[in-house]
Amino acid sequence: MAESVRQLSALMRKEFLLEWRQRYALNGMLLYMVGAVFVCYLSFNARRGQLTPIVWNTLFWIILLFTAINAIAKSFVQERAGRQLYYYTLASPQQIILSKILYNTALMLVLAFLGFSVYAFVLGNQANDVPLYLLTLVLGAVGFASSLTLVSGIASKAENPATLMAVLSFPVILPLLLMLLKVSKNALDGLDRSVSWSEIGTILAIDAIVLTLSWLLFPFLWRS
Amino acid sequence: MKKNWWKALAVIILTYVILQGLLGVVPRQPILNESIRNVYFHVPLWFSMIALLLTSAVYSIRYLRSGRLDDDLVAVEFANTAILFGLLGCLTGSIWANFTWGEPWPNDPKLNSVAIGMLMYLAYLVLRGSFDDEQRRGRISAVYNIFAFAVFIPLIFIVPRLTDSLHPGNGGNPAFGKYDMDNRMRMVFYPAVIGFILLGVWVTELRVRFRRLKAALDD
Repeated sequence: MAESVRQLSALMRKEFLLEWRQRYALNGMLLYMVGAVFVCYLSFNARRGQLTPIVWNTLFWIILLFTAINAIAKSFVQERAGRQLYYYTLASPQQIILSKILYNTALMLVLAFLGFSVYAFVLGNQANDVPLYLLTLVLGAVGFASSLTLVSGIASKAENPATLMAVLSFPVILPLLLMLLKVSKNALDGLDRSVSWSEIGTILAIDAIVLTLSWLLFPFLWRS
Repeated sequence: MKKNWWKALAVIILTYVILQGLLGVVPRQPILNESIRNVYFHVPLWFSMIALLLTSAVYSIRYLRSGRLDDDLVAVEFANTAILFGLLGCLTGSIWANFTWGEPWPNDPKLNSVAIGMLMYLAYLVLRGSFDDEQRRGRISAVYNIFAFAVFIPLIFIVPRLTDSLHPGNGGNPAFGKYDMDNRMRMVFYPAVIGFILLGVWVTELRVRFRRLKAALDD
């Protein structure tokens, strides 16, 4: 147990180091997020608080979805196949997928919080229940990271990963996205929190299903 | 003949269902009127689609465990038939919705979920198309198939129940069986489910045999 935790932390450390050494990729993603928010702001040409709450909410989640797909798509393609093979001789595939998911969750958390602050800054904050809205961001980051990491692993094995990543991930992510939209809309309207518990439960259940499947299925994936 | 009794059973059941569906006595309900007959066709098509997808996922699991290419072939053919049944289910549903809800594609969570589910399985076919090596294609698409099925089930059973849906049994609506179906309808409905599942298995079996023969000829 202690051994596997040590291996996991070593793998996590490797992920962070890799990202830090290729800072242009990280900066690119941050800029992508900010740029997308700004494009939306200018396209709607909205003065602060002019968007209706539904548009405000949906727009933010769509930006976040596209950023997530772009950010996570590269989790298996940035390293050469030979080096990946080397990792597989060192650690079990379960640990590798888990470290990737944890790393992507951290990345998505950074992107989501940064995106939300920029979005609220330029388009005006419309959320009445900010803590609950931030909670949905955390749930969304975990859910996006866990479902998209396996999909990016699948897509990276194919000929043109970029198209396949989008095609495979949109339908898979949609149940999660719909639930997240619903909870964040509740947070936006400042409804009583007891209204949202069942949806939050569903999101957690979907996250659990996806995590378990990634854990079970990844060992079959890496060998090809 | 001993092995093919279930095909005869499928023909007999479906003949009975079609005759009963067109000529049988049905209770007269407000709004639904005669369109309640569609319950013999629309609902069993969906039931059998889910059964076929489950079988496809089971064969994908078997493929991952055994690595026999034949299991992969069976899995993809079950998914193909399920997509066909899904499209037919959409079609019968559209006709029904046009008469009872006023438009062929109302903005209903169950419809949208199913559309997403169809996209998911079409993506599965696209994914299969992008590999040349058979073992690799089999392994990766089996992983995606299992993953897609596990996401499809909450999508089609849980999400519509949490939101407002026009479908019976969802969003607090009572299920169909509670008020609208009498015992005479049940005598047709349950055999119809079995009949359509058997039909789906039959179609799949033909396709699988065709693919096996083709593979044998290629070798």
